[in-house]
Amino acid sequence: MTTPHVESVIPGTGGMTVQNPYLPYPVRIEEIITETEDRNLKTFKLVFLNTADEKKFAYNAGQFAELSITGKGEIPIGIASSPTEKGFLLFTVNRVGLVSTALHNMRVGDIMGVRGPMGNWYPWEAMEGKSVVIIGGGFAFTTLRSSIVYMLDPNNRPKFKDIHVIYGARTPGMLLYREELAAWEERDDIHMHITVDATDDPTWKYNTGFVPTITDQKAPPADGETYAIVCGPPIMIKFTQPVLENLGYSYDHIIMSLENRMKCGIGICGHCNIGKEYVCKDGPVFTLEQLSRMPKEY
Amino acid sequence: MKIVKIDKKSLSADLDRLRETYRLFGPVKGPQYYDFQLLGPGQTPDLEFLNTRMSAKSLVYPQSEVMLDYSLDDSQEDHHIMKESAQDYSPRAVIGIRPCDVKGYLLVKRNFDTPDFKDPYWVRNFAATTLVGYGCDEPCRSCFCTSAGSGPFDEEGLDVLLVDAGDSLLAKILSEKGKKLAAAAGWDKQAADGAEQQIDARRQAAEAKVNAAVETDRLAAQNSLDLYDAPFWEDVSFSCINCGTCTYVCPTCWCFDIQDEVRGKKGKRLRIWDSCMYPLFTLHGSGHNPRGTKLQRVRQRFMHKLKYYVDKYDDGIQCSGCGRCVRLCPVNIDIRRVARLMNSHGQDAVACEVK
Repeated sequence: MTTPHVESVIPGTGGMTVQNPYLPYPVRIEEIITETEDRNLKTFKLVFLNTADEKKFAYNAGQFAELSITGKGEIPIGIASSPTEKGFLLFTVNRVGLVSTALHNMRVGDIMGVRGPMGNWYPWEAMEGKSVVIIGGGFAFTTLRSSIVYMLDPNNRPKFKDIHVIYGARTPGMLLYREELAAWEERDDIHMHITVDATDDPTWKYNTGFVPTITDQKAPPADGETYAIVCGPPIMIKFTQPVLENLGYSYDHIIMSLENRMKCGIGICGHCNIGKEYVCKDGPVFTLEQLSRMPKEY
Repeated sequence: MKIVKIDKKSLSADLDRLRETYRLFGPVKGPQYYDFQLLGPGQTPDLEFLNTRMSAKSLVYPQSEVMLDYSLDDSQEDHHIMKESAQDYSPRAVIGIRPCDVKGYLLVKRNFDTPDFKDPYWVRNFAATTLVGYGCDEPCRSCFCTSAGSGPFDEEGLDVLLVDAGDSLLAKILSEKGKKLAAAAGWDKQAADGAEQQIDARRQAAEAKVNAAVETDRLAAQNSLDLYDAPFWEDVSFSCINCGTCTYVCPTCWCFDIQDEVRGKKGKRLRIWDSCMYPLFTLHGSGHNPRGTKLQRVRQRFMHKLKYYVDKYDDGIQCSGCGRCVRLCPVNIDIRRVARLMNSHGQDAVACEVK
């Protein structure tokens, strides 16, 4: 894991250098996609101003970055693009506070910054040769999109057995990446189980019901060879966890990605700790087994 | 180990010589308190102090520090692109820092200077600094450095140790940085035989005056979640007003916020000390707050210093025993008592704890 990219000499050491992990890579906004019917979620396609920076930003699906806006600050956002997609980064941002609102008001061509990649990632090595069930809800689907695109890459697909995706939103119009979801539905190497809480749309041809219910109906039972990756709002996680336990998933095969208020993103500023772990550096990905030994401060 | 003798009368001239190479900082008495300040020409540190009100942490890690600069002027080629801010990393020396504050630097170094990431600001500030410590002959009643891995004459991390010897100071040169500084100051007068014993006697006398202690021997063995769920947090946090004083005066509290400031078309990104005592410290954008209650925040501070740090680095507590939080807490919360509760948690002995 490397972030730093600017070197400065440490005084009195005869030329030893230190890199600055707080300095963002400059990027240009290439495209802005409004994802949801409430217009509160937008995807930003970012391109590095210095092409050499893209190589330094080598990342894995599940990592995040700090999006940096001059005069406003930074926000930690999961990387929605996949390492197999070259030439750009994707971030899907919910408009919540100062920085995300400023970002939503920016235009194509504007210059901003990206710092990262940060944190750990989903356990791709451990999951090789195994089946994967992805369970997502709402706008927490970003690093899950990254993961799906990564696994479906022709070079990677043979590394995994069955892939199931259970993804729910409140309404059809609140689903992210709708065109891609439809394309994945057409494939036979991934089992899609899209759902919405409720809808009166007569053309809706997928599932209706909350994510835990659909998980109960559609997720494959645990066989010791299947990992579940769960990302979503706390209420979804709370009710999905017992379903997975009923299906026989052991705690070390249930993978979660956490959020906490963060500033530095590199385990130094002290904001995002849960016990002795920093979500930004030791996480954001933890197994339920690890979380069971940590305080519930997330 | 070289020990030199410095005539107190010549200290001012020595420091003037040092100022040709170093920016000097030292304890200076303000209207009410001693605090570290930049020593101007002719100014000497006030070595009559017991200890400064604020720790020396700001000399390496300022309360606010500009990290990056940028321009918002679209006519500039590099508009909206962040640049590392130019800072003064020329040599500096702290004259008269207490060993507990130096211990503080060593404890936070593990956070700022890690195998994965090096905080470039802290690392460069620390590398630029020569630490001329001053043996502490009169520890306060609230001090407990000797049980926190330090001591009133502890030499760990110091480049020079100054010891009061009446009309003169004895200076024990402890490192290469210390050698360079002594040479620049003209401190070359070898002390008489017996200086080492003289320093040792003062050290023993000072250590004997440290009557308070912090109990830490069982902290590592305690189960973290058991401590987290212990009933005493209700009582410990009851009187806390979340003022954050403890975190600001502490030499080992390192948390910071990152903020942007803009004036006209020029902007900068700064870091500013932050405090886990404040609800905003952990507030999510959604409104959810993992440490939304006072109890959770007070517990975080003590668990961090006395358990998480212990577990993470396996080398003592995140506390140098300077006693500032004990002296300055407006509601008399005492880390020594909390450490005792944590250390003895689950033992029968706790039944005898007098509240």
